[in-house]
Amino acid sequence: MARVVVDVMLKPEILDPQGRAVQGALGRLGFTGVTDVRQGKQFVIEVEGEITDERREQLHAIAGELLCNPVIEDFILIVEEDQ
Amino acid sequence: MRIGVVTFPGSLDDRDAARAVRLAGGEAVALWHGDADLKKVDAVILPGGFSYGDYLRCGAISRFAPVMAEVVAAANGGLPVLGICNGFQILCESHLLPGALTRNEHMHFICRDQKLRIEDNTSAWTSSYDAGQEIVVPLKNGEGCFVADTAVLDELEGEGRVIARYLDVNPNGSLRDIAGIRNKRGNVVGLMPHPEHAVEELTGPTIDGLGFFTSVLTSMVNS
Repeated sequence: MARVVVDVMLKPEILDPQGRAVQGALGRLGFTGVTDVRQGKQFVIEVEGEITDERREQLHAIAGELLCNPVIEDFILIVEEDQ
Repeated sequence: MRIGVVTFPGSLDDRDAARAVRLAGGEAVALWHGDADLKKVDAVILPGGFSYGDYLRCGAISRFAPVMAEVVAAANGGLPVLGICNGFQILCESHLLPGALTRNEHMHFICRDQKLRIEDNTSAWTSSYDAGQEIVVPLKNGEGCFVADTAVLDELEGEGRVIARYLDVNPNGSLRDIAGIRNKRGNVVGLMPHPEHAVEELTGPTIDGLGFFTSVLTSMVNS
């Protein structure tokens, strides 16, 4: 078993209205000094067996073709091998 | 002339699209997302709605529906395909059209009668209009903000592939006021506003939307 975490974020140049709304709410709540908020998604995936090169390639395909839209988003994939 | 209208789980405007086809003089054929079968139709409409609940991203899961493999292959072969609203999002997710539709800049879902200018009347779906013609059709979306990088936008503009632009008000922050685009060949068109809701005086603000549906019937007769 291995756990794989994929973080998907809008590219820096893409406007993030949700993040901006959160930032606005923080200001209204009295939290000062927050200069930017960007909202993203995290996927936690569990896979059978060890993470081979082939499996790693497959996971990158999953992230790049389904979990994120490369036109507007970037992803970071982290493999957390189970003990 | 048989025009297929795909129903995905969560489609809303499939019935209105089929009705628009009939009012324009075509035969509407119901297509199902789970069937890899286009039933020998002459064109396909991907209707508006919230397919798969807009989970993940709008259109992201619909792209992998069995019917879409057929739609993509047929569109690459020249079959006329029109994606309206959620259908436009599906076309972008399927890479049949460039760019992406993101959350409205002002965060609100918007529903209004929207003025548009038809910029390009060479596509399969806009030939009934005059270039520069101004029309009014309903617009309703939460994620209709069209984005693409500058190179893609310049290419779309340079090749005359912006088919419609928002007039007076940009309702969602779309770059360069883009409301609709087409592919190079002109058979695939994506449009955020809803021409299928403006085909009858009783129910629509105008009947300006009918032209999209008469266009494709005319283009098939001529081809």
